[in-house]
Amino acid sequence: MSDLDRRDVLKLLAASAALATGACSGPPEEKIVPFARAPEMAIPGKPLFYATSVSSRGYGMGVLVETNEGRPTKVEGNPLHPASLGSTDPFTQAAVLQLWDPARSQTVLHEGQVATWPQFLAAMEARLTELERARGAGLALLTGTVCSPSLQWQLTQLRERYPEARWYQYDPLHADNELRGGELAFGRAIDTRYRLDRVQTLLTLDADFLSCEPYSVRYARDFAGRRNPDRGAMSRVYTVESSPGLIGAKADHRVALPPSRIEQLVLHLARALGVETPYEGDSPEPRFSAALLEDLRRSPGAALILPGRALPPQIHALVHMLNHRLGGAGTTFEHIEPVAFMPTPQLESIRALSESISAGEVRMLAMLEGNPAYDAPADLDFSSRLRSVPETVHVSLYVDETSANCRWHVPRTHEFEAWSDLRGFDGTLGIVQPVIAPLYGGHSVHEVLNVLLRSSTNSGYQTVRAHWQRTFNHGGDDEQWRKALRDGIVANTAATPVTVSPRPPSTGFTPAKAESLAAIFTADSSLLDGRFANNVWLQELPRPMSKLTWDNAAYVSPRTAARLGVATGDEIELQRGQRAVRAGVWILPTHADDCITLPLGYGRTHAGPAGSGVGFDAYRLRTADSPWVADIRVRRTGEHRWLVSTQHHARMEGREIVRTATAEEFARDPHFATTEKKERVPEHTLYPDYPHDSYQWGMVIDLNACIGCNACTIACQAENNIPVVGKEEVDRGREMHWIRIDRYYSQDSGRLDTDFQPVPCMHCERAPCELVCPVEATTHDSQGLNLQVYNRCIGTRFCSNNCPYKVRRFNFLQYSNESSEPLKALQNPDVTVRQRGVMEKCTYCVQRIQRGRIEAQELGRRIADGEVVTACQAVCPTQAITFGDLNDSHSLVRKLKSSPRNYSLLAELNTRPRTTYLAQVRNVRTES
Amino acid sequence: MAEQPSATTTAPGEVTLPSGYTYTSVTDKIANIVLTRRSRWPWFLTFSIALVCMLAFFLACGVLFIVGPGIWGINIPVAWGYAIGNFVWWIGIGHAGTFISAILLLLRQKWRTSINRFAEAMTLFAAGIAGIFPILHLGRPWFFYWLVPYPDAMSLWPQWRSPLVWDFFAISTYLTVSLVFWYMGLIPDLATLRDRAKTRTQQLIYGLFALGWRGEARHWARHQSAYLLMAGLATPLVVSVHSVVSLDFAIGNTPGYHSTIFPPYFVAGALFSGFAMVLTLAIPLRHFFGLHEFITMRHLENCAKVLLATGWFVAYGYLSETFMAYYSNDPFEIYMVQNRMTGPYAPVYWALITCNVLAPQIMWWRAARRSVPVLFVLSLVVNMGMWMERFLIVVSSLHRDFLPSAWGLFIPTRWDWIHLLGSIGMFVVLFMLFIRFLPAISIAEIREMLHEEKSS
Amino acid sequence: MTGYGLLAEFKTAEDLVEAARRARAAGYRRVEAYSPFPVEGLVEAVGSYKDRIPLLTLLGGIVGGAGGYFMQWYSAVVAYPIDQGGRPYHSWPAFIPVTFELAVLGAALAAFFGMLALNGLPKLYHPLFNVPEFELASRSRFFLFIRYDDRRHDAPGARDFLASLQPLRLMEVPR
Repeated sequence: MSDLDRRDVLKLLAASAALATGACSGPPEEKIVPFARAPEMAIPGKPLFYATSVSSRGYGMGVLVETNEGRPTKVEGNPLHPASLGSTDPFTQAAVLQLWDPARSQTVLHEGQVATWPQFLAAMEARLTELERARGAGLALLTGTVCSPSLQWQLTQLRERYPEARWYQYDPLHADNELRGGELAFGRAIDTRYRLDRVQTLLTLDADFLSCEPYSVRYARDFAGRRNPDRGAMSRVYTVESSPGLIGAKADHRVALPPSRIEQLVLHLARALGVETPYEGDSPEPRFSAALLEDLRRSPGAALILPGRALPPQIHALVHMLNHRLGGAGTTFEHIEPVAFMPTPQLESIRALSESISAGEVRMLAMLEGNPAYDAPADLDFSSRLRSVPETVHVSLYVDETSANCRWHVPRTHEFEAWSDLRGFDGTLGIVQPVIAPLYGGHSVHEVLNVLLRSSTNSGYQTVRAHWQRTFNHGGDDEQWRKALRDGIVANTAATPVTVSPRPPSTGFTPAKAESLAAIFTADSSLLDGRFANNVWLQELPRPMSKLTWDNAAYVSPRTAARLGVATGDEIELQRGQRAVRAGVWILPTHADDCITLPLGYGRTHAGPAGSGVGFDAYRLRTADSPWVADIRVRRTGEHRWLVSTQHHARMEGREIVRTATAEEFARDPHFATTEKKERVPEHTLYPDYPHDSYQWGMVIDLNACIGCNACTIACQAENNIPVVGKEEVDRGREMHWIRIDRYYSQDSGRLDTDFQPVPCMHCERAPCELVCPVEATTHDSQGLNLQVYNRCIGTRFCSNNCPYKVRRFNFLQYSNESSEPLKALQNPDVTVRQRGVMEKCTYCVQRIQRGRIEAQELGRRIADGEVVTACQAVCPTQAITFGDLNDSHSLVRKLKSSPRNYSLLAELNTRPRTTYLAQVRNVRTES
Repeated sequence: MAEQPSATTTAPGEVTLPSGYTYTSVTDKIANIVLTRRSRWPWFLTFSIALVCMLAFFLACGVLFIVGPGIWGINIPVAWGYAIGNFVWWIGIGHAGTFISAILLLLRQKWRTSINRFAEAMTLFAAGIAGIFPILHLGRPWFFYWLVPYPDAMSLWPQWRSPLVWDFFAISTYLTVSLVFWYMGLIPDLATLRDRAKTRTQQLIYGLFALGWRGEARHWARHQSAYLLMAGLATPLVVSVHSVVSLDFAIGNTPGYHSTIFPPYFVAGALFSGFAMVLTLAIPLRHFFGLHEFITMRHLENCAKVLLATGWFVAYGYLSETFMAYYSNDPFEIYMVQNRMTGPYAPVYWALITCNVLAPQIMWWRAARRSVPVLFVLSLVVNMGMWMERFLIVVSSLHRDFLPSAWGLFIPTRWDWIHLLGSIGMFVVLFMLFIRFLPAISIAEIREMLHEEKSS
Repeated sequence: MTGYGLLAEFKTAEDLVEAARRARAAGYRRVEAYSPFPVEGLVEAVGSYKDRIPLLTLLGGIVGGAGGYFMQWYSAVVAYPIDQGGRPYHSWPAFIPVTFELAVLGAALAAFFGMLALNGLPKLYHPLFNVPEFELASRSRFFLFIRYDDRRHDAPGARDFLASLQPLRLMEVPR
């Protein structure tokens, strides 16, 4: 077809233009191998996919990086990687923006002055010779959790070379309690891997495993596998939590308790299950506990208790005991040797470090990652101690708070720029291969370590390759290596289960007493521990519960807010000892009483233009003795904080928007979602039916599967060049996300449920937007797509007014980037960058459809089901989104649309949406 | 030459010219306003204030074109704001003129004679200003001409199903026809001015526009016939224009837009605001130019009566909207109505009820109808009320429609206000120029009236 | 013959109508009457007059309306048919408003320009403008004019005839 040829040409033009403008530094000089599914040699206009791993707080997450003409533009999950299975989380999606971030550190700094790498080498040489003479005494090394075998190997070498040297680990979101709990239970460090796909009755104790964890994506997939009522019985989820988490929103039964009461509940539960505990009291939630116990007993070998990291080690140990009692060993969970290298309680570690610093024992401190000056426990006062160390080296992506306090700063390479290797949460090894040469001349951790080792090999590649040879001594066999690069994982490297049995828990522990007001420190769902502070995609991503953007807030329950006499937006002063921090209040209806959630990662001072001076810094209240929960005092300042969110109304006003039934109701009437008045589609129409004989695209979104993690929103942003508008514009209601996730609270028989609903364009068959466009800028095509023609749009905005779903987004100002060259290079060459004054909206990723068509045409066949995958569908950890051809009788989307739960939003308007929903079913326990 | 003034016995309901007026004196009285009379300070004061506002308007437009519509308070969901509200408001005001000159002409309402000329001018200016706003409100205003059917390179055409296209044709037709109608009425007076001109320039300019009119019998006959036909055409046109404008909303599916009462309701509203504006203009006009004998109390009283009547049409519109919402039992409609009365914009709603429904009721009292200050204040109140109605229809309907998750608020920025006030300034400027350079009252028709009175 | 015609000034509209009628009766054909406002019966008095404006207006309306509808039908059905919101290509109800507006536009323009054309306007020069007193024609006086090139015209006769109508003034209009 001629027009496709024309499109190809246009693509080429766009691509070469981008190549000309983009700050593109070509592929690295070593041989890197594209992922098997992608064509072997690069064809301009066709993307290449490289398999690699990104580090999720040290653990590996397998990804495929899409590069266009050598520019990484998009990240997909690696289907072969156990931590991904083809999906990713929001952070991984945003990694590509971090790669191109112009604010990244671009040069070596000495005492804050621009220096060169050779200068750094010279300085190190001098230091190291004397250190070596002292057998390394005074040399201290700080890393995060280490899951990279090559790094591990280098560290052992370091041990040999500098026997007296000290190695410390610190990650602000450390897993100390799990670790120590495991030690209590089994006498040694042990990892536990949970198999949620085998769990029938799940109890989560303040453990939001669906977000921010290295295993979240995989666990979400496993979890969702048991939550589809169309495919047999659903699992039942009991959740106890203090601050509202994603799992709490999906739970069938949920209670919100302050941390201390959660402990009581566990202890009571344990006793009920026949384990001795010091707690004699009753359950804080008798009815909940009773129901839970019955279900736990009812599903032997299929029950699991998930403890959160905030719970003390004794509780973790206790829970290990209970899980074994419930007979899940080997089925619902299995123990494996620790994936991390030499796991140690990291609070101890950082404390030890700062003590030896003040003892003057540290002559030189090298920090290979992390930002302790910002996120170390406040009472350690780490930043000032740093300055007392004679020699300090900090390797990081940004010139951050720690760099500012160090003698030397070395720009670190982004994960897409350097060689390494990482083990996933289950131990599976993945090679990290660079997909682009360092943009800003950074150096990888391995390179810096090689400098410290004063070894002959200096490139990260040599290190990783050498270690590879050592471990898998295939001599010169390159085929294995190439396969490992191609697949992104090394086959059969997952840790093998070990059989251990827990010792009876120590009864000598006293349960925490109730706090008057407990501060709860959590990772921020967008900034994690603060490392993504300068990532505008994540900054503008609405937080799942509050829909807050560009800020963090102190979350409280309505009752607690009333107690404190504050309302959303009020400023409070949080006081702990002599430390005080001012924060804005945000009320969450599902929050537990008597506690207040403080997301970490904000209040940065050296994060970059977008991240500095945003929000409040909860770390300043976080001390080494109480990293997760702390007693706190609050007073109203009378000031107000400008907090901006994307959703202002949380109730459904009795409208049939998210349709929900209990499992029992569903069993009684599978068609509950479309019975009686809910679906008032006129049978007769005066309008002709336009034939869609080629393809007919459609989408189904399973509300039962959606966990509201936001991955789709940000994946769409990356795929479709969606601009970021900033706090002011979001406040005006002008955010640009093409797929938003609506969050509703629904009161149902005493339960306050949280419902998520992703809303992309519905691609209506009788599109109201098209009817009112005066210039045919939005119109229908032969494949049933509702198109938006940017070039033709004059911006009357009538289409948006007439869209009942309000999914259209308008460029009220010049939002898309026109100035920053690196960010231009980030953009997807297949998608138009929109000008000011035009309307835009979800296109079902029409560029992907077109590529699919072209490829299918080359093969002279139709597009097969699953060949065209939208960005939101690809990223979704729970596969809640299904897209495909409705003309293909075997397509999955067609099957799903025939599900009894299938319904269309606002069907009574007779817009005939192509995007439909599968109604929600909650496996609520019926008293009987 | 001493001509005897004629007796002034007239039928009730007829407007009388005060005794003592002759063809000559009538002609001179009105023509001299334009030809000889020097402007006094009130004129200059008003004019200069208005001029400042107008310049502010142009400045705001410049900023708008450079920065984008984001300078306004509009957003998603409220993608339409003041621009559209102002548009509907002005086009409404632009209705009374043609109504007076066309429909009252057909109804042989002689009293129209002395107010129709400036009412038509008002119509022209208002409609012209109204026409600017839809263009300003575009995201890419420089492409507004894509609504015009012309053979473009992509061989694309306007999308005829879109009310915006209908709008475009309705407004441009209305403007053209009103202009022609107004000009046709002006020709004989222009001839008068040409013949009475004191200076060469006046003579040239007026002469040029008078097209060489001589007042020959056959010319008069054709003129009359064409004028009458135009009136006949303008009448349905007036009704159609605001009906089409109302379809911009009624065709949409948004609760608060999607309503069948809109066309008549909008037309009534248009006349309501139009007559209010006629009063707002007539009262100072007669005061400052001593035209009390031409624009008499009776004129003002009639306008007041029309105001009362159309006010009730509008009130009916409000009622039926509310009633239909509950009668249809459509949850979205019902919520919309409740939201109007109790939601974030409730103050505006109750203010407009006060201005448009309650306030005009004082017109029941003759004393009020015949008190110039009361009429003047009321006319301003009604104009404000009608603007608030437009605002409410546009904004409060949009800000909470189907999905609560997408609900939002519209808060006007200073640019929104500048564009509103500036447009008013522009209107005043144009009107001030009109009364200085053209006869604000149709001289020929006054002569004709005089003649009829004499012969009666 | 140097002059253009004879111009008689009258005080009232009635006088003018009467004068015109008598001029007709006397057999004058090229008679023109000027008044500052339309005078009833005057046009019949000065001679045969046929009003063609309504016909022109009707034609204008028909052309505008039909052309408007055709344009919409052609562009939406023949030239560039697009599936717009699933509505039929030929959505005639949606074509009505534009059709109506264009009909009115056509009619109005026809009426206006028809009037000008038939009146032979614009005509910025006319011999009558050479008569200073004629300016009263747009103010307060009524004029009867007989052209020299009238069929049964002979200067003295016409002058006598007009004089017999006792005009306020009797003037020679130079060419």
